Amino acid sequence: MNILSLDPRVNRMELDENKNPYVENVVAKQENWHTYEVFHQKRKGMQHIHVGIVHAPSSELALSFAKEQYARRGETANLWVVKSTDIVASDYADTDIFSTTPEKTFREASGYKVMDKINAYKKSQKES
Amino acid sequence: MNTTLEILTKFLYKTADDQLIIGHRNSEWTGIGPILEEDIAFSSIAQDKIGHAYSIYSILHEQLNQGIPDIIGFTRNENEFWSCQLVEHPIGEYDFSLVRHFLFDNAEFIRFNELSNCTYEPLAKLSNKIKGEIKYHVFHADSWMSQLANGTEESKNRIQIAINTLLPIAFSIFEPIENESELQTNFSITSELELQTKWFALISEKLNSWGYSLPINFDLTQHLGGRNGKHTPFLQPLIVEMTEVFRLDPEAKW
Repeated sequence: MNILSLDPRVNRMELDENKNPYVENVVAKQENWHTYEVFHQKRKGMQHIHVGIVHAPSSELALSFAKEQYARRGETANLWVVKSTDIVASDYADTDIFSTTPEKTFREASGYKVMDKINAYKKSQKES
Repeated sequence: MNTTLEILTKFLYKTADDQLIIGHRNSEWTGIGPILEEDIAFSSIAQDKIGHAYSIYSILHEQLNQGIPDIIGFTRNENEFWSCQLVEHPIGEYDFSLVRHFLFDNAEFIRFNELSNCTYEPLAKLSNKIKGEIKYHVFHADSWMSQLANGTEESKNRIQIAINTLLPIAFSIFEPIENESELQTNFSITSELELQTKWFALISEKLNSWGYSLPINFDLTQHLGGRNGKHTPFLQPLIVEMTEVFRLDPEAKW
């Protein structure tokens, strides 16, 4: 058998080698596995942080795989897996909705000039 | 074999030997697992088993005057291994390895939960520590068994055939060592028969719930003997391969 890909699933499909399996969308049609996004929580109460993806045929197995891929070192309190297709994302074509945000420095903590007030307060405390 | 400590020593050996042999067997899938994610998970589980074997050999070394783990793990002959026959069978196709993993780890889960309440402290402490790992091993095995029951006709048939082949062999897990009742009396270690009863109830319930059937009228005795050093022809080649690097230089420092 001709080796088309390092992914054994692709080789098992006996694809036409003249066609690019991804461009022709053949893999997607025959593939019943899903991509899951993995979120990792270090300690209870902290937020879950996106760490990557796993491929799995069910959410249970996705959790099982996520445990070994993303929680095999260090601390873990909890894992989430979410089907990638269930993620709703903004469109990169609409990135301009964020374009003026960096200019709105008044929304940043550094925009507040408070050190004068703090120093004045400290001084008044000392004197009293 | 007479004194209680001798019986305990043999019990720890057979428990550790099961871990070492299944761990080595399952590690044969590393690099050739069906998909990347499963390859990582299955290899990691196999590695855990070797770790469990090491911890039990360490108890034997530190508490019961046996050699260091590397020596007692890698220098015994086939007939000095007390592992059950289930763990030594070749990996076969993935259905075979998965079903063995399911049958073995459900037994492990019950065994180490019970052992965490025994009165031989080093073993109770270790069991408490590794219970969580084994819970994950069961979660992994159960997820696959359920997944393949609901996959295609082929997936379900292949698992069913593996169950039919492996269930009679799996009873070898509970082959007792001689005078095991001493361990119940002195250390509150649950008898193999009681473990077997709990295990069979548990796996029957799970297999039925997924729509698999259990074979009936099989001979439980034909796969026994492992606890007395009587093995299938599959064990010796495994030991030769497993100890290959160690034997190059037994004095090497790692």
